[in-house]
Amino acid sequence: MRIHPQTLRLIALGLALLATVLFFSTQIDSYLSPRMFTRITTSAAVILPVAVGQALVVMTRNIDLSIGSTVGVVAYLTGQFLGLHGDLNPVLVAGLAMGIGGAMGAVNGVLVAWGRVPSIIVTLGTLALFRSFLVQYSDAKTITTASLPQWLVDLPQANAFSIFGLDVRVTVVLAMCSAIAMGLALTRLRAARRFYAVGSNPDAAVMAGINSAKVVFVAFVLSGVLAGLAGFLFLAKFGNITVVAGLGFELKAVAAVVVGGVSIIGGSGSMIGVVIGTVLVDTIDNSLTRWELVSEFWRDALLGMLIMAAVTVDTVMSRQLGRIGLKTGPLKAGPL
Amino acid sequence: MAGLTARLKSWEGILLVLFLITFFGNIWLAPEFLTLQNQINLFQLSIEKIIVALVMTLIIINAEIDLSVASVMGLSACAFGYMTTNGWSAAGAMVICLGIGLVAGTLNAFLIARAKIPSLVVTLAMLIMFRGFARVLVKDQSMGNFPEWVTHLGQNALIGPFPLSLILFAVALVGLGILLHRTGFGRQIVVIGTNAEVARFSGIDVARVKTVLYLMSGFVSALAGLLYAARLGSVRGDAATGFELDIITMVLLGGVSIFGGKGSMTGVLLSILIILNLRNGMALTNITGHIQTGVIGILLIASVLIPNLAADFRNRRAKA
Repeated sequence: MRIHPQTLRLIALGLALLATVLFFSTQIDSYLSPRMFTRITTSAAVILPVAVGQALVVMTRNIDLSIGSTVGVVAYLTGQFLGLHGDLNPVLVAGLAMGIGGAMGAVNGVLVAWGRVPSIIVTLGTLALFRSFLVQYSDAKTITTASLPQWLVDLPQANAFSIFGLDVRVTVVLAMCSAIAMGLALTRLRAARRFYAVGSNPDAAVMAGINSAKVVFVAFVLSGVLAGLAGFLFLAKFGNITVVAGLGFELKAVAAVVVGGVSIIGGSGSMIGVVIGTVLVDTIDNSLTRWELVSEFWRDALLGMLIMAAVTVDTVMSRQLGRIGLKTGPLKAGPL
Repeated sequence: MAGLTARLKSWEGILLVLFLITFFGNIWLAPEFLTLQNQINLFQLSIEKIIVALVMTLIIINAEIDLSVASVMGLSACAFGYMTTNGWSAAGAMVICLGIGLVAGTLNAFLIARAKIPSLVVTLAMLIMFRGFARVLVKDQSMGNFPEWVTHLGQNALIGPFPLSLILFAVALVGLGILLHRTGFGRQIVVIGTNAEVARFSGIDVARVKTVLYLMSGFVSALAGLLYAARLGSVRGDAATGFELDIITMVLLGGVSIFGGKGSMTGVLLSILIILNLRNGMALTNITGHIQTGVIGILLIASVLIPNLAADFRNRRAKA
């Protein structure tokens, strides 16, 4: 039986996650507990939508560094709106958050797709721009839990279902829905396959009649929409929103995506990988804060090393595969 | 070729006008602006960024990028604070910090030039990692108490009215300007930036050029980090955070193409002067630091967007 390299990559990633969990369980007391499961899953749930959106953008050979600021702006504006109109339907609130995020993503999308400004420049600019808008707009006022409607405050504790004594929260289910929906779309929908087409070979995509500017635009809008969802979950989880909300999320999302096996040169990657990558990055993050042997200040250093290791392994591996491919005929392109 | 020169010239022309507007705007806002001491202070406030921007110019002309510069600055500053606080001699600590910069540069160079991983990803990972190391060293403290000669060197005039950092900037400006525009190595940087494949086939050692550039970037960033620590007199874990935004904006506004192969030191110098004067003007009119950052963000996008739109416009007119 021949295993597809992409599948192999996912198995390796899963084993890395398992090894990480086993390692920390020997280091931290009562680590393998339902409480820890809830802690990590609810924390990963806030990052996951952002990582899913980032994955789409990276697939098209771009990058979105502005999402940390987008999450912050969305959390703040949505919280403020709820303080004034607390009786709004929860579904509409989530929709509002995603709409604000989508509008911010559209700004990036227009500049990258039609302004032909490289995404790194655009999103480095809007990262600063959105954040300074938030600082200015908030006028140093904080959104507090007290001003939010009760259903939102209760949302993070709400259980969707329990399995083997582990509680799966509603926020986790919401985040997983975004990943599953995108995963299904990417494998089943013709329109979503265009993200791969544009990323793997932009010239060929254009010749095949794909409007690649539009595809890139849509990727950025979706990244904004999903950052909006993350902003909504962030608001629910923390309740108190200051101007630093979501700071540094873009780096965690890039880490999750790259560790999850989405190729940084575009054209490949799977949502299963992104989910495992997010959980792995977040598990390390959450575990380090409780690990007495090593100071929690090592978190960022380890995150950087993890990204570097993942990228290096991927680059070396894909080059090896490329060499085999030359000998045995073209590999079937088939990301999960 | 003539069209290219004309375009560069016209961009530099626009920059010159912009510079004059911001410069005279400042004089109009504050007539005492024109004293020599004020002009030196103007440079001093952003001196670390503008020194690093000079090396970033070479890297972007080479069609690469280095997002890790601000973190290397922060790491160097924090390592210096950590060592002097723990009883090391300041001079020895400085040498080690510059060594850290070279190690950082080597790491970037190896992964980009030899392992051929895109510089965007490599230096983004390094941005996170080096900042992490800086945090590990100083935790959530502030470390100061440098020997007096260090802060003296960082804050006071060294030769005439000029402090050390400004002299270093002037030397780097002239040195790197000559390197870029007057030497074979400089031509190699431009050729690789224009078309790396062609450069390789014409016998240029592409990996060597890139290695030299990233080593320079690491070293100069570490030096800038030391200057930053000496100027402020103490360091924290977030030292120099976000400086890459200003640095890259200075380079791109200076007419350096983000796609590589195009750009001049004159343009970058003009854009540095514009940004310094702009920030000063905004401070004079009580525009806060956060809006200033936002304005820099807009400037960054506009400096690439406007030439793109202008090219579109010209193409359309040429077709018509």
